[in-house]
Amino acid sequence: MTEFHTELSPIVLVDLALLTMLMFVAIAMLRSRHLFAVIMLSGIYSLLSAAFFVSLDAVDVAFTEAAVGAGVSTVLMLGGMLLTARREKPVTPGRAPVALAVVFLTGAALIYATIDMPAFGDPSAPANTHVGQAYVEQTPKDIAVPNIVTAVLASYRGFDTLGEVVVVFTAGLGVILLLGVGSVRGGEPVRDRPDEED
Amino acid sequence: MMFAVATVAIFIAMSLALVRAFVGPSLYDRVLAGNSFGTKTVLLIGVMGFLTGRPDFLDIAILYALINFAATIAILRFFSYREATAKDRARPLNEGEAP
Repeated sequence: MTEFHTELSPIVLVDLALLTMLMFVAIAMLRSRHLFAVIMLSGIYSLLSAAFFVSLDAVDVAFTEAAVGAGVSTVLMLGGMLLTARREKPVTPGRAPVALAVVFLTGAALIYATIDMPAFGDPSAPANTHVGQAYVEQTPKDIAVPNIVTAVLASYRGFDTLGEVVVVFTAGLGVILLLGVGSVRGGEPVRDRPDEED
Repeated sequence: MMFAVATVAIFIAMSLALVRAFVGPSLYDRVLAGNSFGTKTVLLIGVMGFLTGRPDFLDIAILYALINFAATIAILRFFSYREATAKDRARPLNEGEAP
């Protein structure tokens, strides 16, 4: 087995900078007690991770992260915050040595497990040798889609994706039917008959 | 080289927006910080495409600009709707209020 080393390209430095900022945002979210600040920071966190996914060439995941994480869930959490409180209740810092030990042990085990993983982009890694390689070889011949992930999602697994879209659409329809279409201020009051006055 | 310098400049601007989002102090500072951070993300994705010689990323960056715009409008609309109701007029939106 030949050794494979990931090339140090400028993109690795970009990834490092993005991950560093992700870490700072996460720490700030943990320490802040202003719920509005936490919501805005979580939007920023989603934007950062979307940029990180783009630099990893996972464009579809990045789209989902930007649309759902930065867009929809920010508004949903704002709605939740306005229904509850603007500030988190003060937490009395306690000591839980067992929990701390478990967290450190799990973290150490996970870091130890990364030593066995193949290098990033290694062509002889298990993920790149079986089905993945077949997709990489076949996609330019079968479909003229430049991005292989898009080709797999929209063409090879087209029926699967269609099923997912139907499920999500049905769920959305169900929620709208249950809650009623209304403004942000709150939906129309529900009446049994349309001619009934309240 | 030019794109590398641009990337570094965008990262510096990103960290400045992050500092504004961390320290606040008012609600609108944070909305603005989030919005300008989104703009920086769009710029970063665009420049990153040229840095790696794949300008196709520019299309993705344009879509991000759309999402960022819609999200900021959604957040601000949310507050203007809430402000219009009488219940929230009693509670000011600024964070200088007592907890």
